[in-house]
Amino acid sequence: MPEKLFKVNLQEYMLPGQRACQGCGLSLSFRYILKALREDTIYTIPASCLTVLCGLYPTTAVRVPILNCTFPSTAASASGLVAGLRALNREETTVVAIAGDGGTLDIGIQALSGAVERETDFIFVCYDNEGYMNTGTQRSSATPIGATTTTTPLLTKQQHKKDMVRIMAAQDVPYISVSSPSYPLDLYDKFVKAKRIGGSRYMQIAVPCPPGWGYHSKDTVRMGKIAVEAGIVVLCEIEEGKFKFTGRSKVIAERGKRTTVNQYLEKQQRFRRMSTEQKEQFQQWVDTRWEEYREWSQR
Amino acid sequence: MSKAIIMTGNSAAALAAKMCRIQVVAAYPITPQTSITEAISNYVESGELKAEYVRVESEHSALTVCIAASTVGARAFTSTSSHGLLYMHEQVHWAAGSRLPIVMCCVNRGVGAPWSIFNDQQDSVSQRDTGWIQLYCRDNQEIIDTVIQAYKIAEAVSVPVMVCYDGFVLSHTMMPVVVPMQEQVDAFLPPLKTSGHLDTANPRNINPVVFPWRRADSQGVMRDGYMEIRYKLHSALNDARGVITQVNGEYARVFGRDHGGLLWDYNANAAEILIVAMGSIASESMPAIDSLRAQGINVGLIGVRAFRPFPKLEVREKLAGAKAIIVLEKAISYGHDGALACELKAALYGSAVRVPFHSYVAGLGGRDVNAKEIEAAITDSLKQIAEGNLEPPTHWLNCRTE
Repeated sequence: MPEKLFKVNLQEYMLPGQRACQGCGLSLSFRYILKALREDTIYTIPASCLTVLCGLYPTTAVRVPILNCTFPSTAASASGLVAGLRALNREETTVVAIAGDGGTLDIGIQALSGAVERETDFIFVCYDNEGYMNTGTQRSSATPIGATTTTTPLLTKQQHKKDMVRIMAAQDVPYISVSSPSYPLDLYDKFVKAKRIGGSRYMQIAVPCPPGWGYHSKDTVRMGKIAVEAGIVVLCEIEEGKFKFTGRSKVIAERGKRTTVNQYLEKQQRFRRMSTEQKEQFQQWVDTRWEEYREWSQR
Repeated sequence: MSKAIIMTGNSAAALAAKMCRIQVVAAYPITPQTSITEAISNYVESGELKAEYVRVESEHSALTVCIAASTVGARAFTSTSSHGLLYMHEQVHWAAGSRLPIVMCCVNRGVGAPWSIFNDQQDSVSQRDTGWIQLYCRDNQEIIDTVIQAYKIAEAVSVPVMVCYDGFVLSHTMMPVVVPMQEQVDAFLPPLKTSGHLDTANPRNINPVVFPWRRADSQGVMRDGYMEIRYKLHSALNDARGVITQVNGEYARVFGRDHGGLLWDYNANAAEILIVAMGSIASESMPAIDSLRAQGINVGLIGVRAFRPFPKLEVREKLAGAKAIIVLEKAISYGHDGALACELKAALYGSAVRVPFHSYVAGLGGRDVNAKEIEAAITDSLKQIAEGNLEPPTHWLNCRTE
């Protein structure tokens, strides 16, 4: 492990003064994304936590070119950057779209589905903090069952999370990955690899959110690890339809034993109203998906 | 040399876009605009036009692609109609706010509910306050010439231009069109300068969150707040009046066709009764004017070409000698008057022009408006004015209203 650390790009693209919340899982992730993708990369970002993180005019905390775009348009904005750069013979530049789960699974899904169907040469990153956190924790289609949000304040969310990874796989996106800022080298390696591959790449990051999930900001890395240990977040890659567990999830799949979801649920305020029945449903949902992934990995 | 070819309005628009050497095209099908994008895809696939053609999944994405491509310095084009324009409304604002020189054709069509695929101008008129320049064309010759002028104007003032023309009436109607020579277009419209755009060599965060107030940057220099940025857009549209006029003049010198810049007129000099209209309803009024003049009625026509920026002073000047004003238009501001009528009345407030003012909403959802009906409407208005009905509410022409 220590020698792997030396290969991480020492250049910092995220400067002091970024405006994310204390303990933000996105800011950990974004720092490594920028390091892995290095120079000659253009980013496009919709209205989201990341807009705030990057800073307010006329100062910015990030040393990379960014085009802010409207909420539903992230993947189309990336398509326009790719087309414009091609028209100007600047094809070597990597185009990256980064949206939250709302900007990806909800309002952004049409543009994303269109862009990957057109085999647009770009990386789409979904940082999934499981709700509309920038507007103050409203329910999204990525919110898990049993979670209270400000729009499911009493009865909790009644449905399971939308499985965007399988939606992207159904569209035959050539490279798909899931990573976690709790395992930064796994995340870093995936982005280094993605930069080298052509075509559409969909990269989801499970991003813990202290204010949205209701846990202490010092526990972000721990929360990400508990999620992986329980198989709630599965670190993986899907290349040309072939599923592979990666990093800690690979270890768990090969030798280890998954923990139950209980510790994860107990440590977060958002699950305080979750019923026993919902907890069972959640455990079952995690188990079923894990088994499906395991079978997929053996195909 | 230039030659005349019989073609539809949509063919004229597509040909003009090609001659402007557009670099990125994004489009989504909607009637009656679709044949523009079909023609351009033919140009691209046959190799006649070297451009990136992005076949997007919606109009919202079509304009988004143009915005992003234009941000890195590519000349971008799209076209749409009706619900397509309304679906991209968010991006219509965003493109103008981003100060990008995009050109978009709006092939005017009515707006639902209920569905109509036919012509009126409710779609583009409802986008009045988005910060785009809007130019309305009266025939297919004006379409080809206006698209070429539009890039020159957009790139001079960094404001997007919507070239509007009536669906089916122009888009699908064959007319002789003199096609400019490519070398002349190239000389008139040099390639888009690529400096100052989003570039990896000079990282910038474009269109981040801006405070209401002015704020110092890292060097301590005060930068614009949101309101200053809005004022600059407003100011650019005001400046565009002069640029539209100047580009029209330059075009006339090079290509020999003068479409009038902000306004055009027909038999308007010394006319006592002035008709004001926009787009094909203005050209349809010309035979009505001829017929009325033959009957000894001193009537003339003002065609409004630029709806935004609105040519307030120019309108006042043109209408200065009028004894009566009659407006014909294909859009309505519900609960008030026709949209153009509202603008004209506002422009005349405080001027010396205080004359009878009649307005007609006509041809909504493709209801036919012919020269005979226009002539009858004018005759009827003159009769009403003689009877003392000086400023009635907007009339609905050829529409059962009781």
